[in-house]
Amino acid sequence: MKLFTQLYRRIDSTTSVSRKVSALVDYFNEASDSDKLWTIALFTHRRPRRTIQTALLRTWAAEIAGLPQWLFEESYHTVGDLAETIALVLPEPKHSQDKSLTEWIKAIIDQREKDENEKKHFVLSAWASMEKDERFLFNKLITGGFRIGVSQKLMTRALATFLDKEENHVAHRLMGQWSPADTDFESLLVRADWQDDLSKPYPFFLAYALERELVDLGPTNAWAAEWKWDGIRAQLIKRKGVVFVWSRGEELITDTFPEFKAIREVAADNFVLDGEIVVHDESGVRPFNHLQKRLGRKKVSRKMLQDYPVKLLAYDLLEYEGQDIRIRPYAKRREYLNEILFGLQEKAEKSILLSEEVTFDSWIELKDVHEKARSLKAEGLMLKEKNSGYLDGRRRGGWWKWKVDPFTIDAVMLYAQRGHGRRSNLFTDFTFAVWDDSGSLVPFAKAYSGLTDSEFAEVTNFVNRNTIERFGPVRSVVPELVFELAFEGINTSKRHKSGVALRFPRIRRWRKDKLPSEANNLADLKALLEVYGE
Amino acid sequence: MHRKKDLVALTNRGLYVEAADVYIDPWKKVNRALITHGHSDHARWGNKHYMCANSSVEILKHRLGNDLSIQGVAFGEKIYINGVNFSFHPAGHVAGSAQIRVEHKGEVCVVTGDYKTENDGITEPFELMRCNTIITECTFGLPVYIWDRQYLVMEQVHDWWASNSRDGKVSVITAYSLGKAQRLIHALDMNIGKVFCHPAIAKMNEVYRSSGFRLPETFVLSPSTTKKAVKGGLLVVPPAALDSKAIQNLGTLSTGIASGWMALRGNRRRRNADRGFVLSDHSDWISLNRVIEESGASRILTTHGYSVTFARWLSEKGLNAQPLNTEFGDNTSEDSDH
Repeated sequence: MKLFTQLYRRIDSTTSVSRKVSALVDYFNEASDSDKLWTIALFTHRRPRRTIQTALLRTWAAEIAGLPQWLFEESYHTVGDLAETIALVLPEPKHSQDKSLTEWIKAIIDQREKDENEKKHFVLSAWASMEKDERFLFNKLITGGFRIGVSQKLMTRALATFLDKEENHVAHRLMGQWSPADTDFESLLVRADWQDDLSKPYPFFLAYALERELVDLGPTNAWAAEWKWDGIRAQLIKRKGVVFVWSRGEELITDTFPEFKAIREVAADNFVLDGEIVVHDESGVRPFNHLQKRLGRKKVSRKMLQDYPVKLLAYDLLEYEGQDIRIRPYAKRREYLNEILFGLQEKAEKSILLSEEVTFDSWIELKDVHEKARSLKAEGLMLKEKNSGYLDGRRRGGWWKWKVDPFTIDAVMLYAQRGHGRRSNLFTDFTFAVWDDSGSLVPFAKAYSGLTDSEFAEVTNFVNRNTIERFGPVRSVVPELVFELAFEGINTSKRHKSGVALRFPRIRRWRKDKLPSEANNLADLKALLEVYGE
Repeated sequence: MHRKKDLVALTNRGLYVEAADVYIDPWKKVNRALITHGHSDHARWGNKHYMCANSSVEILKHRLGNDLSIQGVAFGEKIYINGVNFSFHPAGHVAGSAQIRVEHKGEVCVVTGDYKTENDGITEPFELMRCNTIITECTFGLPVYIWDRQYLVMEQVHDWWASNSRDGKVSVITAYSLGKAQRLIHALDMNIGKVFCHPAIAKMNEVYRSSGFRLPETFVLSPSTTKKAVKGGLLVVPPAALDSKAIQNLGTLSTGIASGWMALRGNRRRRNADRGFVLSDHSDWISLNRVIEESGASRILTTHGYSVTFARWLSEKGLNAQPLNTEFGDNTSEDSDH
């Protein structure tokens, strides 16, 4: 694992993308194929399943370091990363070894069948043979969450350089379900018969939020617009008569949505659709919390299918008659899309609908259309340049998302908790409250983003000086700071004392100009619920 | 159990020696202030009379004004104030930094101020004091803070500088302008290239020299400093100057931060610097514990940062330890490692 540790050090000691890429390329040049494959797997969140509980690691680390458990835990809260905390508190190594990354991973996988004593012996002797960085990485192999400054995009770039191939070719090959256990480096990235993998999706094209004036987009006839629905982004693949559904998180969700299996029976074959899965009944698109009831289920009951029927609102076609057409203009792809959807319609297959374009003759007219989004329960509009190709990853231009303004409310900070990783030294996770009729503060939302680092530092200072009580990592604070929260939707909740649940709450700004007594009331939230909730 | 009154007690103005009517590092204005060292959370403006170690006098004057009513004392020299015996002993933190020993009626209390036990080659080395009560800092009082020896850290700094130099880049390292900067400059291998100091640091270097500390000659950054002049060189700047236009415009930079907080990845990533060098003028976990043990103190009061946690740890080891809620330091920012 020395080579891998060296790679980590090089990546960790620079913020420059090109230096990280060259560190990776050097590593690919030196590492064995199996080490390369595992490295790719780790950086694309395909680590093996956990075979050793983190609770055990914590106990053993405290024991070896001669620390009481509470002090270890307190250190962990400060560091914000378990693998790192363990690496820092352990005593100096006693001996060394030169096992490869693959050997260590295999040894870790082998622990599954072992009893606790054997696991302990394995972990302790590993720790005793490693210096700090190697230990950190070893711990990461066990605990997962391999975020060490290498995004999938960056690794794709490095692999493309190393293999002398196009980036999107590499990106495509890395998609879908594969595991180092059942493939090798050659067949994953180099061999030509990879297309046998029928289920392989394309990288999703992700739009940026509209960041300019509409008029700057040029003539309106170069653009198409459609509603942006609040569902889950998905690719629906039919190849050789078999149907696959992929989420944006590269999860295969075919079984979660059996509705789509019906398209096996229709004529068209060998195509890939991109669209939004939403719960959809006679009255149209239903809010996201209906869809939530369907997520994460492997088996779906008849009642579920009846109460929360889903449809795919298809807006793009990436593969047509087995050909990758992502490079063709949007308008052309829409033509093919229409053709496929018309074919489905003829067979009375209704699980897939066309995501209709909205028509407009001027940007001013489109602004009026946009105003109606909230009442249609849409998130806003998507703008797509008719001439644009389907790119991979998040790119500027071509597509823009134009969301409606969020709801906002002023709330008082009640609890604070330390952040993780980059922000482990700061209080960044807050619980907010509004006033109820009896004049008490009722907590209703947690939010942990939206402030700058220096604002977080300022709030942290406040928390340190105004702590009322400590509950482990959480502190209750004097209710004095007022923040404006933004959120995308509101619904009733039986779980929360306040009776409401917000969708995607975040901090919009710190209202230093407001006193706690000027924060909103629960009644204000209930009024929003009345109009926009379910 | 009835306790007799503490020789050094916490008041809302600072640490107070009632028997002598003097304060140690007070945070509100007092008549008579004994100062451990020149950092702003310990040496505050507005006191009537100051007393500090001889080698700290120029530093205090530089920071608080030349017309200061100030008396310097030699390390180890015994001073009597209202019958109470005071002496200053090196704390190894920055030039002139002292632990203050207070002795009265057979009772000895040591206020450590900030301290580090490793001899950095420029600061007067830390002296271990025996006492009944120790009031100790614990800025880094968690077992995750364990420092490497200075020469190992300097090897990393030199490798980084030399590699930047080969790439035609300018290396910029941030270090607090009193103490850390001079420690770095003193330990730098001047054969690698030219060293440039931010004006604030250059001024402090002069104060160091006038107090009898030897520092190698360095260049001073000015508005007329050119890209060409600094290419391949190393700039030593205070943390706040890193993002300034004046520095950013000096070419392709590689940035490094020298601070104990850099021991944690989270802090390194938050600052978005290329490198974090774990170099602190405070004691690490191991030295804190060793100093407390070897002081023989039967009562331990902890201040700065992890005071609650550290006191609990000591209590569980069977020591009589308590946190003191002083207004020194602030462990929420990596810039406060001074």
